[in-house]
Amino acid sequence: MFIKIKNSLNGMKKYLPLLRELVARDVKVRYRRSVLGMLWTVLNPLLMMGVMTVVFSQLFKSTIDNFAIYYLSGYILYSFINDSTTAALFSVVYNASLMKKVYIPKYMFPVSKVFSSLVNLGFSFIAMIIVMIITRTPLKITIVLLPFIIFYVVSFVIGLGLILATLYVYFRDIGHLYGIIMLAWLYLTPLFYPREILPEMLQEFLIFNPMYHYVEYFRDILLYGTWPSFEQNLLCLGIGIIALFIGTTVFYKKQDRFILYI
Amino acid sequence: METIIRLDNVSMMFNKSTEKVDSIKEYALKFLKHKLMFEEFWALQNISLDIKKGESVGFIGLNGSGKSTLLKLIAKVLKPTRGTIDVFGSVAPLIELGAGFDMDLTARENIFLNGAVLGQSRTDMKEKFESIMDFSELWEFVDTPLKNYSSGMIARLGFSIATSAIPDILIVDEVLGVGDFKFQQKCQEKMRQIVESGATILFVSHSITQVESLCHRVVWLEKGKMRMEGATEEICPLYMQE
Repeated sequence: MFIKIKNSLNGMKKYLPLLRELVARDVKVRYRRSVLGMLWTVLNPLLMMGVMTVVFSQLFKSTIDNFAIYYLSGYILYSFINDSTTAALFSVVYNASLMKKVYIPKYMFPVSKVFSSLVNLGFSFIAMIIVMIITRTPLKITIVLLPFIIFYVVSFVIGLGLILATLYVYFRDIGHLYGIIMLAWLYLTPLFYPREILPEMLQEFLIFNPMYHYVEYFRDILLYGTWPSFEQNLLCLGIGIIALFIGTTVFYKKQDRFILYI
Repeated sequence: METIIRLDNVSMMFNKSTEKVDSIKEYALKFLKHKLMFEEFWALQNISLDIKKGESVGFIGLNGSGKSTLLKLIAKVLKPTRGTIDVFGSVAPLIELGAGFDMDLTARENIFLNGAVLGQSRTDMKEKFESIMDFSELWEFVDTPLKNYSSGMIARLGFSIATSAIPDILIVDEVLGVGDFKFQQKCQEKMRQIVESGATILFVSHSITQVESLCHRVVWLEKGKMRMEGATEEICPLYMQE
């Protein structure tokens, strides 16, 4: 058991450069041949935020203080979860031709997609800081907890991504269904509306929504300047670890048979 | 001499995809009707083989005899259904040249990407970069995206990267038919160098002359089973007679 873990850790170390190259490729290819090039990485989220803020602030202006940041903090986290899991979902099947020719640890594909999305989250974060400066929102000391929330969300997303990638190998329907699920998830999480406008019953259900907890945490440290409680940390960590555990277990059990189905 | 590859009673089964189920609805229907049965297809059956360090082994047989499957098992691309495979050393697979190239990236970027696919670090690749470009003779196009390359140029780049590090085991699956005559000679020369350095070579080809010139030992596969195995001089004439 221990030898097994040690071996797989050594394997991971050997393929760390590959992870780096795959992430670098994703970032490079995305904006290649556009006139503004890398500038788009910040410009894209910034413009997107501009549009969304103008639209939604007309709707909820009176009920939420500092709507722009309230909305943006939730939205960039949602985009990260959406982008990374969707990309992870397709990653194994899309790399079928490569998998049939060389040996690469298969988790490399979903995991590298999560990290490419993480790079994009970084750029979105820069864009959000710019918006904060424009709207004169002070940056709170609680932001030092940023690495924690990132760690929680990334473990959650890797776990979910591994599960989805495995499912997609066997049932291609998931590819069509997942977009709908993510749309429902977008509207069921208080991202651009206040929690209070949801019917009582749905509010109760929010505690089962991982994204809700992550967004709350993120807003606490970014916008409200409150320190998240110990329980809050434990909960966010717990969700991440459970997802990661299920994800790796499912993936490792099924990965040897992937090649027969793709 | 020490063993570098050991196959012990290896069998590989594929599902014939006639009954491939791709959607939940189909799955449920088939499950209810008890039709979830796959037609089994054994690509390899009970292969046991012991390859020593420094040997060069050729694999011959007709199409569909399981040669490529065997090499893919050794390269860890596939996992055997039954039996075990032990490989002691680094493997450079030349199963298909340029697997893992990204057509939107330039040759320079692809060298680092492909090197990483083969499990090499960036610093290693930096050292080898010059020699790879020299060998492929593609300096003129080093910053051109690969989508503008011809297939021969891509194969040249792929071969140069795959052989840039001297591996313990080199797996070659009919890739020598690429590029022009001059480059083919260069490839063969490079392969000979690798053999002389003491590496183990596994070679699949339909060209018996190539096998005879490169391999000391030959494994003859037929319909997934081992028909015969032995020195090249013994097996090749028998194979040609059939």
